[in-house]
Amino acid sequence: MISSPFLAVNNAGRMDIQQENTLKKIILLVALWAIPATAMAHDILGFPRHKGVEPVVNKKYSSSCGECHYAYHPGLLPSRSWKKLLEPKSLENHFGDNAELSEKDRLEVLAFLTENASETTWHFKRSVKITQSIPEDVTPLRISEVPYIKKKHMEIPREMVKDNPKVRSLAQCNKCHTEAVEKGQFSRTNVDIPNFRNWADLID
Amino acid sequence: MRNLKLLLLCAAIVGCAAVAVYADNSVLSKVLERYQAEGAASFSAENGEKMWTQKFNSDEEPLIRSCTTCHGTDLSKQGSHAKTGKIIEALAPSANPERFTDEEKIEKWFNRNCKWTLGRECTVQEKGDFLSFLSSK
Repeated sequence: MISSPFLAVNNAGRMDIQQENTLKKIILLVALWAIPATAMAHDILGFPRHKGVEPVVNKKYSSSCGECHYAYHPGLLPSRSWKKLLEPKSLENHFGDNAELSEKDRLEVLAFLTENASETTWHFKRSVKITQSIPEDVTPLRISEVPYIKKKHMEIPREMVKDNPKVRSLAQCNKCHTEAVEKGQFSRTNVDIPNFRNWADLID
Repeated sequence: MRNLKLLLLCAAIVGCAAVAVYADNSVLSKVLERYQAEGAASFSAENGEKMWTQKFNSDEEPLIRSCTTCHGTDLSKQGSHAKTGKIIEALAPSANPERFTDEEKIEKWFNRNCKWTLGRECTVQEKGDFLSFLSSK
């Protein structure tokens, strides 16, 4: 008779009852361990761990795009949007401006943006929401056209943004989102609308 | 002895500054030499200045465009982007020593801004005239 259950089989090639019970225990233990482990894994695999968008920086991107406007975080748009925006023809007329780049710079910036686009930064809450809000057959070229972002800003009156000389456009995220540039944070608590310090009292 | 140390220190500072200025000018003169190799004649700061303030028509807003639209008229002061309002640092090297020390940057912005303002690329002659005017400020 084999004493250790781990030596698995008897002479006939079958497990006896004692061995079977031990195996059941092992399976139960594994299952008990697996439930919380899966929950933890969900934190990593299923749900975003961070609040905003990933605050990545790239020197070439900052100098190529950030000289005219705040260098939008790549996680604010899906890669298909960045690809379209960075086409040579698009850069020639970039919302009325010429933003042409040398081919070398263009490819470097494009790689940075697509590698860090919204659908790749699944561990950041805002990027996930952005990606999920855009229908698959739609390629927004403006961050303000992303349904999630549009919805979030719907209630803000014109006088606070477009008619506010210190803001001028919804495209100027960093004018009100004080933690946007450095930290990629867009929480309500970090919003400070110039000329409307009491904005939270005026909007529900 | 103390005075001698002070004198040496001053000499070192002046020397470093001179080297820095020389390094800056070397990029500028390299670019200007290249323009001439590509067919430009001698450069005129006066022509550069004229063109700097010249107004050009556009089909899109702003309908009248000039270099001063974004850079302003006082080159020793900051300008601001016509659309986004983002600050553009002063162009005059006397106020902003980093200007005209990066060849790629010079070309990137000539390409973008000539097309936006004039509606076409600038010739090497025009670019050299602009640089002669701007670098004297």
